[in-house]
Amino acid sequence: MELFKKYPKTFQWLFLLIVFFALCFAIEVPETYKFIRGQAEFVKDPNQSSYVFLGKEVRYYAFDVFWRLPPLLGWLPIWINDSLFFLMNEWMPIEVWNEDTQEFKSRPIVLQISRNLTAFMTFLIELIREILLGGLETIVAFTSWDWIDKNPWAELPGLPWTIVAAGAALLSYKLSGKGLALFAGLTMVYISVFGQWKPSMQTLSFILVAAPLSFIFGLGLGIAAFKSKRVEKALYPILLVMQTMPQYAVLVPALVLFGVGDHAAVIITMVVAIPPMILLTLLGLRAVPPEVIEAGRMSGCNNFQLMFKVLIPTARRDILIGVNQVIMVCFSMAVISAFIGAKGLGFNLLLALNQLNIGLALEAGLCISLIAILLDKMSLAWANKQTDYFGNLTFYQRNKNLLFFGVIFVIGIILAYIGTFLFKDTFNYLFEIPHNKGISTADFWNKGVDWIFETFFVYIKAFNTWLIQDVLQPMRALYLRMPAIATIVLVVGAGYLIGGLRSALVVCALTLFIALSPWWDRALVTAYMATFGVIVSCIIGFTVGTLCFQNKHSANFMLGVCDIFQTFPSFVYLIPVMMLFGITDTSVLIAVIVYATIPATRYTIEGLRSVPAGLHDAATMSGVNKFQRLTKIEFPLAFPHMMLGINQTIVFALFMVIIGAFIGTEDLGQYILKALSDKKGAGIGLTLGICVAFIALIFDNLIRAYVQKRKKHLGID
Amino acid sequence: MSEPVIKCENVYKIFGANAQKMLQDSNGNVDAKIFQENGCIVGVNNASFEVSKGEMLVVMGLSGSGKSTLLRCISRLTDATGGKIFIEGQNLLQLNNKDLIDLRRNKMGMVFQSFALLPHKTVVENIAFPLQIKGVKTEDSISKAMDMVKLVGLDGRENYFPRELSGGQQQRVGIARSLAVEPDIWFLDEPFSALDPLIRKEMQDEFLRLQEKLQKTIMFITHDFDEALKLADRIAIMKDGIIEQLDTPANIVLNPATEYVRKFTEEVPREKVLLIEDVMETSQENLGNLKVSKDEIIENVAEKILTQEKAVAVIDEDNKIIGSINPSKIINTVFGGRKNNN
Repeated sequence: MELFKKYPKTFQWLFLLIVFFALCFAIEVPETYKFIRGQAEFVKDPNQSSYVFLGKEVRYYAFDVFWRLPPLLGWLPIWINDSLFFLMNEWMPIEVWNEDTQEFKSRPIVLQISRNLTAFMTFLIELIREILLGGLETIVAFTSWDWIDKNPWAELPGLPWTIVAAGAALLSYKLSGKGLALFAGLTMVYISVFGQWKPSMQTLSFILVAAPLSFIFGLGLGIAAFKSKRVEKALYPILLVMQTMPQYAVLVPALVLFGVGDHAAVIITMVVAIPPMILLTLLGLRAVPPEVIEAGRMSGCNNFQLMFKVLIPTARRDILIGVNQVIMVCFSMAVISAFIGAKGLGFNLLLALNQLNIGLALEAGLCISLIAILLDKMSLAWANKQTDYFGNLTFYQRNKNLLFFGVIFVIGIILAYIGTFLFKDTFNYLFEIPHNKGISTADFWNKGVDWIFETFFVYIKAFNTWLIQDVLQPMRALYLRMPAIATIVLVVGAGYLIGGLRSALVVCALTLFIALSPWWDRALVTAYMATFGVIVSCIIGFTVGTLCFQNKHSANFMLGVCDIFQTFPSFVYLIPVMMLFGITDTSVLIAVIVYATIPATRYTIEGLRSVPAGLHDAATMSGVNKFQRLTKIEFPLAFPHMMLGINQTIVFALFMVIIGAFIGTEDLGQYILKALSDKKGAGIGLTLGICVAFIALIFDNLIRAYVQKRKKHLGID
Repeated sequence: MSEPVIKCENVYKIFGANAQKMLQDSNGNVDAKIFQENGCIVGVNNASFEVSKGEMLVVMGLSGSGKSTLLRCISRLTDATGGKIFIEGQNLLQLNNKDLIDLRRNKMGMVFQSFALLPHKTVVENIAFPLQIKGVKTEDSISKAMDMVKLVGLDGRENYFPRELSGGQQQRVGIARSLAVEPDIWFLDEPFSALDPLIRKEMQDEFLRLQEKLQKTIMFITHDFDEALKLADRIAIMKDGIIEQLDTPANIVLNPATEYVRKFTEEVPREKVLLIEDVMETSQENLGNLKVSKDEIIENVAEKILTQEKAVAVIDEDNKIIGSINPSKIINTVFGGRKNNN
């Protein structure tokens, strides 16, 4: 009794665990239960039960409700799907003037809006693409195909790669200096020489449309949310779900709404990239000290000046992180949206992965990563740029970069012109090096992969078998063995113990949504893969982070590495693991671990750094040694921040698990991938996405509640 | 006397949802306790005063006394709940947004406790900021800002960022920024509170030097009574939103209006605050040879007076004898009578 009073929390947890295990053991696995026979597959089977809701028939295998809840939400995906189709094809028809047939035509309003948006996006992308690569579409957009036929000279010629490369280097030089200029130049030359020019420029044109638009909308909505509580309240839940929704899942509804192609990819990229931008804008604006705002007001700023000259520049740090996120998401989506027909490096990457041509995939992946890093660094340098007021500059000095570019432009054109004579019978290498005519290292890599496979096959195979048979399979079996009721009790109980009634209710609602959807089993598999990934990532991340923290330089170095790794599109992580482990769950899990270790490491270092210096001194003076200081002072104080890292780790892990479906895992991601090729997939894709988002949000909710409590307890802000 | 530059009439600032209505119901009789029970917090309670041209009014109070809130009402960073505020005869609370912005762009400057510099701008950009906001051309604003940089003694550091400066230097930037538009009215919200004592003293002296040159109308907020005594033409002492006493430093030391004010004055070395004028007698009999000016601080002439046997003559600017002071009076002022209110 005494003991019970002393540690009430411990006993409450113990009690929760006892209830959980009791439920697990009390409820037997039904004999008819077979995981692989997916409940979501709507095949006719006399053993299935069914019900009709809102006119949609739902078929499922019925079990004891304690074992698996019936999919009472099974109608939702079908309903979403039908509603979407209704919106697109029937709702609110309006009269539209058709230029070609010269008559009015009736069209649903949503379809019309979607068409207009699509046309606009296509125009933007084509404009940039044709400046870089040449083409007709832009001129056609202003005139017509007939006009082009009569005036065959009217074609945007595209820039020779030499001009783009030198221009990028020059711009980098102006923004930041020699280092970045060198990097930009080398990147561009690499891309060109290795024959990736065309897809790279296609991807670049896609990014150059998607990233600025996402930035502007994100900033605008962030400002709106900052100014009005109501807007913020309306946006917040959407933002939460969108931030944790796997990018695959949004592709499917986009297919229905916007069709296939680059324009749809841009729109969907914006949908994914805007939420983090909004959140970070809001965060940054909130953190501006009130006195700075007052100083702005007293300087006579009107509202507009206050926002754009005081608030936003002062919040620059967070907004820049937002820009970084936008760029990251854009590149990530540049690959993923290849599924819905976006051209460029992403498409090549997917194609190569599909053909198991690791070498080609590696080249495309490297290009996309290099461009991502370059753009990230350039945007950062641009934001940090200072004006020099005192230099008494001549016209030449002020405009020398522009003049210089003019010179480069002319030289580039001349070179390209000379090229037409030099390479009369082949391609003009001074204009554009075509795909597959550049140097390719693909064979080298492929041979390397083969060599690794042949040499280490035994060991890799042994490791693989061990991992799958002795770790993963049992773990998966354990997860699937949990009766639904036990899982719900465990999660809700944890919510109650950590965050009180409110937390418990939120968590309960989220869990129930998944449990009542037709994909509970798949969700469990997703959760098991994510759990495994998160645990390993956290162990690695904490260890690496702690070790690096011991020395200032290594800590900075590690944070830099994290920055760079974070800029890689998520898909790229699949390449090296496929090189080593082929198409297995192991590959996916290792990609998950690598990807999710980034936030774990970063937050560990940042958390340890946030421990006040005064405490270090106090601890040292109390005579602790390094290890004691770490365990007694630094870890407890850094823990809340590190927990936020775990939060991010979970989101990252889930994303990668879902992407891993591409290699063939049997979790929710597999269904999302299937939904992509399903005519009626939109509702399924969206619901699955929400399920994954909810898994992340359950953990998010628990961790946040815990962190808040802990911070209050420790008296940190 | 000409019109006061700042004039407050029964200014109230009450925070809370239904503050306006409660204030109306209370008929000007605001009891902080009753308001608090109803979820309202009284920031400023019935403040009335005037500040005339070139005068420095120091508002002194401990934290939470409402002094900063009062300043924010007068600069209209927050809207007063009740009362009237006139800036050079203009009714501040009725100004529309455009006029208010005009007023701030041309007439007002403000210095903040935490400096409130823009972190992304250099020293000179920070100082030029109010000018650029006003629409002054970049070159002109920068050259004007450079003048200000020199005025506050930061030459050579104009291209530094705020984060590269010490606290004292940052506040110099804050001061320069607030003066860049050449305002008539200067608000300073605890400008030196965040600084080290030595730097603080240096900045106070610097501040007095500037004020002598510029002759602005000033409202200066501080929680440091010594600072108030050193700088002020007049001091307003606030407690719980109420101005307890508003008077010259000498009068506050000699005649504290309330118990609260007296507590502050107890520890004050009077000889450092009071002038001969404040303690002299009007009788002009039995005078010795020594003459002292009525504007001398007692501390500076005490030794001279104490060596006299007869009373010392007190003269004004025109060397006319206007009164006398006994050595015993000096002893009394310095050592005695602190507890029993003169």
